[in-house]
Amino acid sequence: MSEPILKVQSLSRQFRVGGFRSRGQLHATDEVSFEVAPGEIVALVGESGSGKSTIARVLAGLYPPTSGSIVFENKVLGRKPTRSVRGRMPMVFQDPFGSINPVLRVGHSLLRSLKLHRPDVAKSERFAEAVALLEKVGLTPGVEVLERYPHELSGGQRQRLGFAQALASRPSLILADEPVSMLDVSIRIGLLNVMKGLRDNDGVSLLYITHDLASARYVADRMIVLYAGRIVEEGLTEEVIGSPQHPYTRLLMSTAPDPRLKLTDYEGADDLGEPPKVINPGPGCRFAPRCPLVMAQCRTSTPAMVELSPTHRAACYAVEKK
Amino acid sequence: MSQPILQLRDLRVEYATPTGPALAVSGVSLDLEQGEFLAIVGESGCGKSTLLFAIAQLLTYPASLTGGTVVFDGVDLTSLSPEDLRLHRWRDISVVMQSAMNALNPTLTIGAQLADACRAHTDWDHERIAERSAEVFSMVSIDPVHLKSYPFQLSGGMRQRAMIAMALLLEPKLVIMDEPTSALDVVAQRSLMRQVETLRRELGFSVLFVTHDMSVVSHFSDRLAVMYAGEVVELGATREVFDRPQHPYSQGLMEAFPSLFGEVRPLTGIAGNPPSLVNSPPGCLFAPRCPHVMDECREWRPELVTNGTHAVRCHLINKVLRT
Repeated sequence: MSEPILKVQSLSRQFRVGGFRSRGQLHATDEVSFEVAPGEIVALVGESGSGKSTIARVLAGLYPPTSGSIVFENKVLGRKPTRSVRGRMPMVFQDPFGSINPVLRVGHSLLRSLKLHRPDVAKSERFAEAVALLEKVGLTPGVEVLERYPHELSGGQRQRLGFAQALASRPSLILADEPVSMLDVSIRIGLLNVMKGLRDNDGVSLLYITHDLASARYVADRMIVLYAGRIVEEGLTEEVIGSPQHPYTRLLMSTAPDPRLKLTDYEGADDLGEPPKVINPGPGCRFAPRCPLVMAQCRTSTPAMVELSPTHRAACYAVEKK
Repeated sequence: MSQPILQLRDLRVEYATPTGPALAVSGVSLDLEQGEFLAIVGESGCGKSTLLFAIAQLLTYPASLTGGTVVFDGVDLTSLSPEDLRLHRWRDISVVMQSAMNALNPTLTIGAQLADACRAHTDWDHERIAERSAEVFSMVSIDPVHLKSYPFQLSGGMRQRAMIAMALLLEPKLVIMDEPTSALDVVAQRSLMRQVETLRRELGFSVLFVTHDMSVVSHFSDRLAVMYAGEVVELGATREVFDRPQHPYSQGLMEAFPSLFGEVRPLTGIAGNPPSLVNSPPGCLFAPRCPHVMDECREWRPELVTNGTHAVRCHLINKVLRT
């Protein structure tokens, strides 16, 4: 495997919660380590509250990490990312209605990021470059779209614009934080295809953050499953989906709605639990209270990652035993 | 068969726009039996939420009802005065809105909001209200201590369940749900759907459920109506529509989501955008996006033709049926 472009090592981010003088520390992500190779789509999967967006936000420099290190393109990231890092690792946000300035034309923001991040593109060529970017993400005809205001675009088109803007700075990695979850099901697939196209044609890596396992399977090469701020399972997509080992991954699989199945295939998927708010956590596996396979040791110590194959790992005592 | 609880006949809703009226719901006729679960699916802008608002008589300007009747339990709701309507709301028909975050008042405890609804629609005393509130909360598996909680203290899934508890307060005959699951993640979605299903079995109310994600309802609804550009294009038993979708639009919807099982194959979704609803052309509204479009599709609009239990609005299907 070639040298990874992003190496995250035991990244933690805590937030103080409760009022003034509160000692509560919410562990949004805890000791998370992973790597992203060039030209690879990695999916971070988990329920709301699993810490997946926090990871993206720390990577984008929106908040500093509490501890841990981030190495991006062989450089250690400081507390505040420089403009060049932001350009090489831009973010696409979840909400296509809140993340675009409504009073400026589409062209303005796109030309501006070309101006700031791409000194190699001469002023006279910027317009053509912006049109090319729009057409790359399927917004055609690009010349016309440049003149529009964001409110003239549908949700799906705005998200495509989000990707065009991210692409403007020639990134090596795009952080995509639930880019499709606010879109209609029928539009999602088009955007997922755009993401695949970026990987296949432009060699861009993507960190795709989602709670939808099926869409993660559709686009991602590798998959990382998070629960309550920790990685519980990771591996090649087909390994994780084909033989999920961690009971939490199995729970996620069993609850994914799929009309091709019968209702009886969902027996045991009646879990009403939610990821805990991890405030001043004690030892033990965080999934233990919901886990069907829970053992005594799960409550007293934290399971380490067990290697199941060179590319597939899970953190669970029950898996270890087997 | 008993009388349907809800009968829609040729319902039409228009939005006033600067370029002329947009026909958001054009001539929808549906029957809902007592205790039935009917799901309505379609893309955003297809008029599914507008249809629900029309049924609940909640339309406000620029939307207005321009034709048709909504007969609920033998009474035409469109002819009632606001005061008479109030007698039916919540007692007979209740609505669960899309975003529980916005539908609940953030400055009042949930218990106070339940009590408010009771006081507006019944003459129950304090104890009776407290008792019933605790009862509906246990029905949706929320500990009644949360009656004293504010909305922000509950998770998204719990808030949505609290909304359902609120809708069930006065034992309505019909519960209308507008995308209650779309803000939830998959695990919470499934548990919410299961809960709705169990309660429906126990209490026997009918459900009208709107969603853009047909996989959510695939295992829970009895019948499925697919809407496109303000019209019902396909209506049938849920399993039947899923296993053998007939309208090209429904077929496209089925192909639009990736699966966890089987081969990973490239999907394309449906090309193009939904049409403008202002001055729509003659002919089938799906024709510009349809892979099987024929000459007659551009000339006149197909009718909803029923064949057995399955109704489809498509020239192509009609042609096959005729031969």
